[in-house]
Amino acid sequence: MSNIVTALFLGAGYNAALVGIGASLLGFAAGAAGTFLFLRKRALVSDAVAHATLPGVGLAFMLMVFLGGDGRNLVGLLAGSMLTAWIGLLLVEWMARRTRLAEDAAIGAVLSVFFGAGIVLLTIIQNMSQGRQAGLESFLLGSTAGMLFQDAVVIAIGGTLAVLATYVLRRPMTMVAFDAEYAAASGMNVRRIDLTMMGLVMAVTVIGLKLVGLILIVAMLIIPAVTARFWTERSDRVIWSAGIIGAVSGYVGAAISASVPAMPTGPIIVLVCAGLFLFSLFFAPSRGVAAAIIRHYRFQKRVHWRQGLLSVSRGEPIHDPMTLRVLRKEGLLRADGVATEAGRARAAKIARDERRWDIAREVHQDAGLTGRYDGLTPIEDVFTQDEIDEFDRIIGGPVSVQGQGAA
Amino acid sequence: MITPKATPSGNVELAFDQKRPAETAQKIERSPLAVRGLTVSYGQKPAVFSVDATFEPEAMTAIIGPNGAGKSTLLKASLGVIPRLSGDVTVFGQPIELAREKIAYVPQRASVDWDFPTTVIDVVLMGLYRSVGLLGRIKGVHRARALDCLERVGMADFSSRQIGQLSGGQQQRVFLARALAQEAELYLLDEPFAGVDAATERAIINVLKGLKERRKAVVAVHHDLATVQAYFDHVFLINVRKIAEGPVADAFTADSLHATYGGRLATAHIDQLNIADSGV
Repeated sequence: MSNIVTALFLGAGYNAALVGIGASLLGFAAGAAGTFLFLRKRALVSDAVAHATLPGVGLAFMLMVFLGGDGRNLVGLLAGSMLTAWIGLLLVEWMARRTRLAEDAAIGAVLSVFFGAGIVLLTIIQNMSQGRQAGLESFLLGSTAGMLFQDAVVIAIGGTLAVLATYVLRRPMTMVAFDAEYAAASGMNVRRIDLTMMGLVMAVTVIGLKLVGLILIVAMLIIPAVTARFWTERSDRVIWSAGIIGAVSGYVGAAISASVPAMPTGPIIVLVCAGLFLFSLFFAPSRGVAAAIIRHYRFQKRVHWRQGLLSVSRGEPIHDPMTLRVLRKEGLLRADGVATEAGRARAAKIARDERRWDIAREVHQDAGLTGRYDGLTPIEDVFTQDEIDEFDRIIGGPVSVQGQGAA
Repeated sequence: MITPKATPSGNVELAFDQKRPAETAQKIERSPLAVRGLTVSYGQKPAVFSVDATFEPEAMTAIIGPNGAGKSTLLKASLGVIPRLSGDVTVFGQPIELAREKIAYVPQRASVDWDFPTTVIDVVLMGLYRSVGLLGRIKGVHRARALDCLERVGMADFSSRQIGQLSGGQQQRVFLARALAQEAELYLLDEPFAGVDAATERAIINVLKGLKERRKAVVAVHHDLATVQAYFDHVFLINVRKIAEGPVADAFTADSLHATYGGRLATAHIDQLNIADSGV
């Protein structure tokens, strides 16, 4: 445990600190850029793009070896991966637009074909006599072992550029994600904005190859956005919260993997991120599962409360166990099922409010006010006391529970 | 006599009346949205075929036709939201690409995901993106303008609500407010009254009539034949091809409705509309 604490404070050595900073920058860029994929409901395109990087890595390696290098220059490999990723992306776009294939089918086709081609290339490379081929397969799941300073610099610069681009382009991308038809009608080039968004995602993917690997980078693009969505209802806040969630996951994940021997960095980062997601899924204030359950229970309780009191006012017996429980708990019903004094007063008020609502609907036929009648919202929240007095005047008859009404 | 099978009706009109071209050109020059020979096709089956439309300035026009008749397609293709197979679109005589800011579009409410994380005022601010600039800063003046548009549709109190919390009618009003923010010359609405409450329908029609009073043009895809005469000055009847176009009194006739809807509209229903007898 103390190892992790040390690592969290950049004390686990030069290389680990480098990885930690790189991972948090990557996490921020991936979370922010990935938010638009999520908002545009095209999360899986990034999976196709990520898998399409692999043949590029192989081809770039071969080319560099052919030109006399050792083939492991990171910038060269990333440039190659970017090329085939872009081709894969354009293929998905083209198939979805020009053929009868739906986008998910196009994604499946491109993803598997490109990945297969990449694996074939890696196998050929392993049997090549030239070059130092060891380590190329680390692009599948990422590896921080032997990360060089210049690799960290590449990640840092690339990540910063991706975040800046996200910031600059956030508004057009949000517009297209929310309402592409309107954006097109306003003269925006929706296709170009979509491609720009995918280009950003591709850049993040390529930058993340070394750290997280192509199989898991999708998690870094999508999970932070989904997690952030639980906490806010505003798209700009989703973007930056997703960035922060990604950064924290990257940093903590890197620290854990640095402090425990033989722990893979990428998968740990993804698991940390998934932990934040699970926490949000259950405990987010309004969109979380727990909040939804509580909300539903409270609603159910109010329905039973009203229904039970209506039964009391009509002198009908109550059998529903939940209704009995709710009313007994509030002291409106005795243990033997007979209404208490307070219960009878409440029941009278409920019954009268129902009659008031009937009148209200007649008087305010066209107002939006009566639309708020759900039997649960207190009438005092919708109408003023004067208006309620007016309803009572129309109802006429004995106002038997005077004084209880305001309770 | 004309053989309608051989020539599309548009050409026939021009070929048989030499005065028409000059007149038509003048009308196109004045029209906030004129479409010539618009064809849109999904696959081989045209959704809109060879349609000419010259919408009136400073008037309210209803686009009417049965389901699948290409009403929405006509609007979307004119705006370039979906690709045109052929057809010229002009705005006051200019190609539409040069005059986009003169048109405000209100898409169908169902076309977006209302669970999207955004607030009412942010949606309206989208209508200002031309004056803000895609990359510019949103300033106090922009917010004030957006709030003013929300006020006009009676939604100012909801400005910071998440859009998913609104009722259908409120959502439609927010969309209208976004279009108002554009301060356009022509307002194109796709089924603005679909699934909204009576109060919203009244609020929307009042705003639209207010636009007409300010000498703006309004074109709306409309499906409720009973309110056409009360709401609109002009109609455009379409069923893949154009059926009729003109002032309500001239074009909204039992004949043209039969031609548009075929057997789908009972004669009894048309009688109820109490429209001018076409004299047949």
